[in-house]
Amino acid sequence: MTRKQRRASFIAVSLGILGLAVGLVLYAMSDSIVYFHSPSDVKERGVGPGQRIRLGGLVEEGSVKDLGDARVSFNITDFVETVPVTYRGVLPDLFREGQGVITEGALNEDGSFTADKVLAKHDENYMPPEVADALKRTGDWQGEGAAASHAETYGQGSYP
Amino acid sequence: MIVELGHFALVLALAVSVAQMAVPALGAHRRDIRLMRVGEPAALLQFALVVFAFGALTYAFVVSDFSVKLVYDNSHSMKPMIFKVSGVWGNHEGSMLLWVLILALFGAMVSFFGKNLPDTLRARVLAVQASIAVAFLLFIVFTSNPFERLDPAPFEGRGLNPILQDRALAFHPPWLYAGYVGFSMTFSFAVAALMEGRVDASWARWVRPWTLAAWLSLTIGIAMGSWWAYYTLGWGGFWFWDPVENASLMPWIAGTALLHSAIVAEKRGALKSWTILLAILAFSLSLLGTFLVRSGVLTSVHAFAVDPARGSVILGILIFFVGGSLSLYAWRAPTLKTEGIFAPISREGALLVNNMLLSAATASVFIGTLYPLLLDALADMKITVGPPFFNYTFVPIFVPLLCLVPLGPLLGWKRADVKAAAERLLVAAGLAFIALLASVALFYEGPWLAPFGMALAVWLVAGALSEIAWRVKLFSTPLSESWARARRQPRAVWGTALAHGGLGIVVAGIIGVTAWSEELITTLAAGESADIAGYRLTLDGVGLRDGPNFDAMVGLVRVRKDDELVATLMPEKRRFSAERQEKTEPAIRTNGFSDLYVVLGEQAGDGKWVVRAYYNRLAPLIWFGGSFMALGGLISLMDRRLRVGAPTAARAHLRASAAE
Repeated sequence: MTRKQRRASFIAVSLGILGLAVGLVLYAMSDSIVYFHSPSDVKERGVGPGQRIRLGGLVEEGSVKDLGDARVSFNITDFVETVPVTYRGVLPDLFREGQGVITEGALNEDGSFTADKVLAKHDENYMPPEVADALKRTGDWQGEGAAASHAETYGQGSYP
Repeated sequence: MIVELGHFALVLALAVSVAQMAVPALGAHRRDIRLMRVGEPAALLQFALVVFAFGALTYAFVVSDFSVKLVYDNSHSMKPMIFKVSGVWGNHEGSMLLWVLILALFGAMVSFFGKNLPDTLRARVLAVQASIAVAFLLFIVFTSNPFERLDPAPFEGRGLNPILQDRALAFHPPWLYAGYVGFSMTFSFAVAALMEGRVDASWARWVRPWTLAAWLSLTIGIAMGSWWAYYTLGWGGFWFWDPVENASLMPWIAGTALLHSAIVAEKRGALKSWTILLAILAFSLSLLGTFLVRSGVLTSVHAFAVDPARGSVILGILIFFVGGSLSLYAWRAPTLKTEGIFAPISREGALLVNNMLLSAATASVFIGTLYPLLLDALADMKITVGPPFFNYTFVPIFVPLLCLVPLGPLLGWKRADVKAAAERLLVAAGLAFIALLASVALFYEGPWLAPFGMALAVWLVAGALSEIAWRVKLFSTPLSESWARARRQPRAVWGTALAHGGLGIVVAGIIGVTAWSEELITTLAAGESADIAGYRLTLDGVGLRDGPNFDAMVGLVRVRKDDELVATLMPEKRRFSAERQEKTEPAIRTNGFSDLYVVLGEQAGDGKWVVRAYYNRLAPLIWFGGSFMALGGLISLMDRRLRVGAPTAARAHLRASAAE
């Protein structure tokens, strides 16, 4: 092979790999991206049943119910809209009423939400950015840690 | 007093770094040997000062000096000593100090081991290294002072986040940081080479050990982190394609590419400019990782409360170093001459394909990690890119790479005989085929792709063994001769085989866990049982236990197989009173190939306990394989040919040309 042909073959291989990568990324983008919605978004944007989404907000006070057989139900609220959620499994350690959570799953026909994932947060002072933004939009944002005095904030930690 | 001295040492280290940045660089520019020589003692002094500062902070944690705000925020007098020490870096300020400590350590190592480097190169490497130290020391001193005092001093600290109180996690950050920061060394070498305008085989030879050391540390760090996530988070998963995990994976893949391209640069004098670019990219991705984790811009299961102001400072540092080095690259790289001639079918050709695929894999992770951020900023849309995205992008790019791994080391330099190389892999191909059939027979109900994955895993392991067998002429010469040949092989050959084989073991583990695991969620009252994977789990009862700084609900789970007691598992739910947090502690029974993994959940309203159990097939192989890879890196690092010194002839040549 001449120098030129060698170069051409390398360029062809690189372009092939690049094309493969671009194609895969575009395909995955169209197929496997999960949108984040607050309870208000769900109502406003008309998310259809069965579509996989992330639903985030605060766990409504007094809404956590044990349904038996490791099933729980609770409401996720942004103080404007509220969506009832059911989940089967072990809840993350920091799951608590009044805390921000993100759940992943799909809406049912009746407007309730079946989650197969509830995201654990490692830090009590941590508010998922999406939940914080959603609360800011509805005007229920209290400020991150601003209201909490030293006595009320507990073990912070961070993970490199 | 010691704390104030620590703070003072840190400020002094900043001053020393400024000198170390400016003076040797000026000296290299003016060819003034006296100015250049300032770099070495400065690097050692900087290291000593940072060690002192770090020691002072550690002392404050060990004696629980709660007048230091950081200790108050992250420690507690009842905490076991190991977690008092690991608490030093279990927070933002302390972990940045650890970052700088490791940076200074690498600088000191260049100063210590780099006597053979040409004077101008060493001066410039130390200057670039110092510039990174200046940026991060400024960051620490002005935005994240770990030595801040509280007045009046509280009596008790607030404790460390319970999930960080873990033995594996205690040492995960130092390894991870050693990896991240290790790439600063190759970055400094790359930038220095661009300043010099010259890259030759000896440059590549000096860069390889640093790359290998960084890669090795990062491998250990990632493996430890994944192991920790596996046994502590209670989800039974080992990798979640979480942004923070991806942040460590990107420099690892780029570093793997760099490791391979540096070989071509050294042996064949080709791919120099590309190697420089990869060195810059690997460190840029490390900085990006630091930024992503420290700024909290991404939603992550690992996210903690963070300060956005600090994030923007790190973003500034990131832009400065990435932008600056890439500009320098664009300006100077065209002047680098490439000598090597490439044949597509050759060792260097294979390494090039390896680099292309690894780069594409890095890019796919990069897009998946940052695209949500971009979309949020530009279109105000919140999306999540989860495992399916990476299964569709990363995996199809990585699979062809894995298929080619055993072939690469069997190809010769310059012009290779593919047919001969393929013949040497016949046995490996046969074993892979057997593995395919065996997996289909055993798990015909599982995902149809999984047996192919298992075949790939066996192909990798058997391929690595085949390479060794070929090199020592196993069975074609008497065994004693093979033994003698084995002892003559360079360590790098053993290292390569171990790392490639380890990769195969990791693949086997990943396939086993993702495709063939079983899961059980149920509620059990005392005395009730549930079945998983042929085991019968009986909850005998739940009791209380006092730990050093927590109390725990302990489930007593008897595991029986065919009515015979095989294990007693005690999963816990711990309550940390100081931190007022709960933490589940799974119990795992392993036989080296499969894990039985039991988590105790909440007590339900009817008095029954939620119990979640997994039977994770081949899970331990992930970390066995990871250890093999790290061991392979370590053995390669000890290769005589990689000793930091360059051959005398090359050195003399460089000295001569440097003095021009």
